[in-house]
Amino acid sequence: MKRTLIRGGRILDPATRTDTTADLLIEDGKIKGMGVDLDADRAEVIDASGCWVAPGFVDMHTHLREPGQEYKEDIQSGGRAAAAGGFTSVACMANTDPVNDDPSVTKFIIDQARKNSPVRVHPVAAATIGLAGEVMTEMSALREAGAVAFSDDGRGTEDANVMRNVLEYSKMVDAIVMVHAEDECLRNDGVVNEGFVSTRLGLPANPSAAEEIRVARDIALTRMTGARLHIAHVSTKRAVDYIREARDEGMQVTGEVSPHHLTLTDKETLGFDTSTKMAPPLRSAEDVEACRKGLVDGVLQAIATDHAPHAVYEKDVEFIAAPCGILGFETAYPVVMDLVRDDELSPLDLMDRMSLGAARLIGVEGGSLEPGVVADVVVLDPEAIWKYDPAQGYSKSRNSPWAGREMVGQVVYTLVEGDVVFDRERGVLER
Amino acid sequence: MIGQDLIGIQDLTREQIETILETAQGMAEVAGREIKKVPTLRGRTIINLFFEPSTRTRSSFEIAGKRLSADVINFSPSSSSLNKSESILDTAKTLDAMDPDCVVVRHKVAGVPQRIAEVLDAPVINAGDGAHEHPTQALLDMLTVYQKKGRLDGLTVVIVGDIAHSRVARSNIYGFSKMGAEVRVAGPPPMLPTRVEDFGVKAYSNLREALDGADVIMALRIQNERLKGAHFPSIREYSATFGLDRAKLRFAADDAIVMHPGPVNRGVELSHELTDHRPSVILDQVRNGVALRMALLYLITGRVPKESAPQ
Amino acid sequence: MASQHPSQPGNRVTTGGARDERAKGAVNGGNAEEVVVLDDTAIQRSLTRIAHEVVERHDDLSRLYLVAIPNGGVPLGRILQSKLAAIGDAEVPLGILDTTLYRDDLSRGGVRPPLRRTEMPSSVDERIVLIVEDVVSTGRTIRAAMDAMIDFGRPTSVQVVALVDRGHRELPIKIDYVGKNIPTQVGDKVKFRSKGTTPSGELEAPFEVVVTGGGAPRASRSGERGEGGR
Repeated sequence: MKRTLIRGGRILDPATRTDTTADLLIEDGKIKGMGVDLDADRAEVIDASGCWVAPGFVDMHTHLREPGQEYKEDIQSGGRAAAAGGFTSVACMANTDPVNDDPSVTKFIIDQARKNSPVRVHPVAAATIGLAGEVMTEMSALREAGAVAFSDDGRGTEDANVMRNVLEYSKMVDAIVMVHAEDECLRNDGVVNEGFVSTRLGLPANPSAAEEIRVARDIALTRMTGARLHIAHVSTKRAVDYIREARDEGMQVTGEVSPHHLTLTDKETLGFDTSTKMAPPLRSAEDVEACRKGLVDGVLQAIATDHAPHAVYEKDVEFIAAPCGILGFETAYPVVMDLVRDDELSPLDLMDRMSLGAARLIGVEGGSLEPGVVADVVVLDPEAIWKYDPAQGYSKSRNSPWAGREMVGQVVYTLVEGDVVFDRERGVLER
Repeated sequence: MIGQDLIGIQDLTREQIETILETAQGMAEVAGREIKKVPTLRGRTIINLFFEPSTRTRSSFEIAGKRLSADVINFSPSSSSLNKSESILDTAKTLDAMDPDCVVVRHKVAGVPQRIAEVLDAPVINAGDGAHEHPTQALLDMLTVYQKKGRLDGLTVVIVGDIAHSRVARSNIYGFSKMGAEVRVAGPPPMLPTRVEDFGVKAYSNLREALDGADVIMALRIQNERLKGAHFPSIREYSATFGLDRAKLRFAADDAIVMHPGPVNRGVELSHELTDHRPSVILDQVRNGVALRMALLYLITGRVPKESAPQ
Repeated sequence: MASQHPSQPGNRVTTGGARDERAKGAVNGGNAEEVVVLDDTAIQRSLTRIAHEVVERHDDLSRLYLVAIPNGGVPLGRILQSKLAAIGDAEVPLGILDTTLYRDDLSRGGVRPPLRRTEMPSSVDERIVLIVEDVVSTGRTIRAAMDAMIDFGRPTSVQVVALVDRGHRELPIKIDYVGKNIPTQVGDKVKFRSKGTTPSGELEAPFEVVVTGGGAPRASRSGERGEGGR
């Protein structure tokens, strides 16, 4: 019998709304219970004094690049980066090569993860073949193979009728459809938010309306179909408003927001740094504020990193030629701690948005420290100050707008099913 | 300014612009001599790195460099990383290894000169990048206006055309505004950039109102390929509404001058007559282009390791 | 050092701190001491004498061409031009020639001095050119001026007029007409200046020449150009 005692931390359990200082006992990969001065007999002891102890983070939106683009990332390197970032479960998007639109790919990802990843990996399957927005995927077979949700992420599913059918069909497999809400015609190759910054830089602009139109369209289709619609990486104020209205109406519409859309504005792009290029783009301060409010109010249930590694040489090109996306795992916690520091979210609610929110949406274990649940735990030092250097991180890629910046808040331990998979002193550990 | 990059007018102070214009006046005198060559930059190497073809700007830099006795090498990679594998930064680093004293960069994508400047020891002069900036064009425009008007402060400058896709418009907006002029922009609404008012300019879609009392009118070249983007319905409609001719010029000040960065689409941005005759100063702009670029090369050329360069 | 500063017609003024005889010769920085070595009357007198010498040495005054080096050479050139008109009844053209672009130190790092005026009314072909400079020291400016002049034609001969020759020559340059020889230390500064300027920015009478003690040891600063020599 393997026992681990996490001693003296501030336990934050969103599932039971617990916020208390206590010991947490883990036995055989499950949470045994919490209490004061628990018996540490034959237990490995982790000193968590001054730290937070919370359910391991769950990221419902990541790109692990395997199969096909292992030069950017693979399930092993991505899984390690996730562990170092405090994540214990991550969902990976379908835009691999080949696209995860076939159960064989889904199974391959799950097998690779079992062999190579310190954290659990849940594939999100494509909603349409080849992400082309034309022919629906075999959702039942994909679901059976282990897909937790469906998404053409990276593409916008332009044809409204196809989207309608995807939403209708998804009801059969009881999974959310995650949409990348951007009207590709209106986006018109835009690479930076339309506004002062796009005019200043003279780069093609991507207007907020491109997201708003698509969110409004998909909500209308959801109203018609009664499916479960999830808006990925919400970035605009109006999108938050539309989701709020749909939820008030009683529809099953949910949303996630990324750490960068919660904290950075389009002004980051003023230096033409391609590590600030992503889709949707960084928006205005007003949009950032609305996204934060949406997260606080529960209109958006989850923080998702949209971890999107790209090789250095792919990003070292003209701004409009650079691929979209940035690293997310290893900076997520200190970045989103901004909301706690600004008194917008309580530590408990932040932990909810970092784990339970996503776990519920994709229907996986996590987000809880109740006795009997799987012991996915993260120990966090909310005060630690450190400097982020992507070259020292676990991802194969370097594309981060936070490179070289000072961070406040640090992951100290990550435990998956009771095993320490990351320890600040020793790094990522083999299970 | 030795060793400093010139990426945009936005980065220059009013005093720096004045220094550049004053130096350019001196260079204009050299250009008027029988022997137009001075030994100033003897032994210096200037590389014209033009990813986007531009005979005019490249020739202007080349003549400027040669008049200062620098060795000027033209390098025009036929493709960029948009369609080929060697990255722009690799190209630039390769050239830097040849120890140039100045690299002049032109690229169709905004931001490339700045990225190149970040990795090169040699100072970089932006010769136009996408719709971002074209600082040497704006400086030569300011020089031309200064010569014609004796001042920049207090003038009303109207820029007409596709402002949204124009680096010339942006650099001129920053430059003339910094020098105390009132800048207006005019064009069909789809050609006026988002929040252009935030840059301190007034935007007009009625040319007559825009021209009211204007001292300087700058027409921009219409790129025919923009038609595909449906920014305006037809050349005929554009010419009728925003093309300048003597009749429309009556709304401007009596002594208004007309400028154009070239090449002119005759009968589109400017009437045939206006292209060749007063108050058009288009050839003065071209002439000043050489003097202005001589001034910049004089002030900037010289390798200063980036770490120790004054900011 | 005091003995090197002619006491006539000098007026001693201090520009910083109290007047202190002991500080003389050992001044540095903010306490530099200024000595007026030529006042306006003396300058006018020197130029009159030079004009006489010029007239005396040339049979055909119509071939003369004054080329003034800005800034100080320009007002001196104008005075000389009017004195030549008065004394020799000659209309001698006056050109202004900036030597900045011909300097020999531009390729050596950190200097890009502002450009000055160049106005050459005509070619110098077949002319007898008198280069007019305020203070000559190393000779490098005269060298640059000769190079610059060649771009404006091929003169029959070139001569040099200097209001002050302060020595420290670094090139084989000879002064043909000198207002005053003022031996100085290398660290000293010799400056031709005026009380005011015309609206066009030109120096305007009354003029004076001042020496400011630099006080640096001769040996260690040899090879460095005094600022007055430019």
